Amino acid sequence: MLAIVLPVAAALLSLALGGRHAERIALGLMPAGLAVALAIGATVWRTHHVLQYFVGDWAPPLGVAFRADGLSAAMMIAAAVLVCGIGLFARSQFSTPRSAEARTPLVFWTLLPAVWGALNAVFVGGDLFNLYVALELLTFAAVPLVSLDGRAETIAAALRYLLFALLGSILYLLGAVLLYGGYGTLDIVLLSDRIHAGPVAAAAVSLMTAGLLAKAALFPFHLWLPPAHAGAPAPASALLSGLVVKAPFFLVVRLWFDVMTRLPEPAAAQVLGALGAAAIIFGSVLALRQARLKLLIAYSTVAQIGYLFLMFPLAINPATGHPWGNTAWTGGVLQAISHAFAKAAMFMAAGLIAEAVGHDRIAGLSGLGRALPITVFAFALGGLSLMGLPPSGGFVAKAMLLTAAVAEGQWWWAVVVLVGGLLAGGYVFLVLARALADASEPVPPLATISTGRQAIPVALALCAVLLGFVPLRPSELLQIGRPDLAIGGLR
Amino acid sequence: MSAATVYGCGAAVLVGLGLFGLIVDSQPLRKILAFNLIGGGVFLLFGAVARRGAAVGFGGDPVPQALVITGLVVAFAATALAMALLLRLVGITGQAGSRSDG
Repeated sequence: MLAIVLPVAAALLSLALGGRHAERIALGLMPAGLAVALAIGATVWRTHHVLQYFVGDWAPPLGVAFRADGLSAAMMIAAAVLVCGIGLFARSQFSTPRSAEARTPLVFWTLLPAVWGALNAVFVGGDLFNLYVALELLTFAAVPLVSLDGRAETIAAALRYLLFALLGSILYLLGAVLLYGGYGTLDIVLLSDRIHAGPVAAAAVSLMTAGLLAKAALFPFHLWLPPAHAGAPAPASALLSGLVVKAPFFLVVRLWFDVMTRLPEPAAAQVLGALGAAAIIFGSVLALRQARLKLLIAYSTVAQIGYLFLMFPLAINPATGHPWGNTAWTGGVLQAISHAFAKAAMFMAAGLIAEAVGHDRIAGLSGLGRALPITVFAFALGGLSLMGLPPSGGFVAKAMLLTAAVAEGQWWWAVVVLVGGLLAGGYVFLVLARALADASEPVPPLATISTGRQAIPVALALCAVLLGFVPLRPSELLQIGRPDLAIGGLR
Repeated sequence: MSAATVYGCGAAVLVGLGLFGLIVDSQPLRKILAFNLIGGGVFLLFGAVARRGAAVGFGGDPVPQALVITGLVVAFAATALAMALLLRLVGITGQAGSRSDG
């Protein structure tokens, strides 16, 4: 598929041509990649069928399939928009000097398309082993982004991230071997027909899920995330926090809803939900206690990832086709997309603030609202979505999770959603109150930031807000290629 | 006990040892080696699976072998990346142990 080939080719070309061409290639790739993602989305939407592509015309079980259903199309479009925003934002920070080759920009502009290609490969992969390779590509492209500035602590953070990620992927691979040994195929569709309850399926799926959780930084595997995401440069943090952690989450969704279609595991889903709930509470409380802005945002990512996993206990029910399961499912996916936009905007805003005042200690931000009004506005808009206030994508997502929880009588998840929203309000307000306070002596801005750069986080945050206008019901697009969940719920 | 079972048990032992090392050891180099141990176990398991597939009557199931080759390349790249990061870290700080992780 073109969606994978284009970015990978661009990454290789950047490496081969080197230095000054890398930025141009990456920027030229963006409109093309966005167009491909939109075209795939439009095709899936128009035909209401899963788009399939068999490599070399060899159909599974002999060949390898790529499949784009509604979910992958939505994720691909979100990723494309976000990558374009990040690329535009990074232009001034990683602009390539005219005279000599610089290492950091070259690495950044080579890895940006690499991350993009790996993400698309994860979103359309139809074969568990191919997904493993895509996941590893993503890790290898993401880890160096953490240590772009080459300081000792970011390298230590990158190393720790890599070790967690490697543990995660090797567990995933172990699970994949067991599935192959048990059922003789790794193709998702064939596997979902052949799989049946038993020790092999249980062991394999537990191993794969545990591995993916380590990569998605779900509590208690979140230890690597804050230093890695807070230490990276702003555009890289936006990419890592917005998109890269969503890929393993996407695979857990694939595994639990596409492979395990006929094996609902409500008890295991409750465990996933409990880990998510713990992540929400711990992440939010730790975020409240941070003194530095970027660490606060990174801990808030830990909390928001927790929300994603609340969809499992709500959407998986022994009685197949619980009418509310679908609402929770849509809510979880919407949370993934709107958090991607909101978090990217907030990391960019934090980067601009750090650039303007020379530090990111929250206590020293007084009067910032006057110096950088647009940036603070972007931060606030992103925060709106994290808190789940209307109108924002975060509100719709959390409202869907809430209604599903209440309607299914699993009220304890509703309590967690509400408490998490309050805590998120707390840490966003902590920053805003400081920034909008009238300081007796306003911070002297070290550098002026052009309006154009400030506009990009605002635009991304607005995307997160606009997602708040999608109708409050199971989305038809996400439904394509998904016969197992009953249509119903909020109407 | 067939050969495939022996290999499967060996793989389980290797994975267990590696997992223990990865979690318990605090030295990054040992962690990287432990990861390779798990990798060895998983690849051995691939071999056992290929052999078991062969019990159906074929000479051997070729798919796991193809997968193992890909897996080896990926694991090798992962080790190289981790070693590069570790070397750079040692070059900057002069010590291999990362402070606060366990």
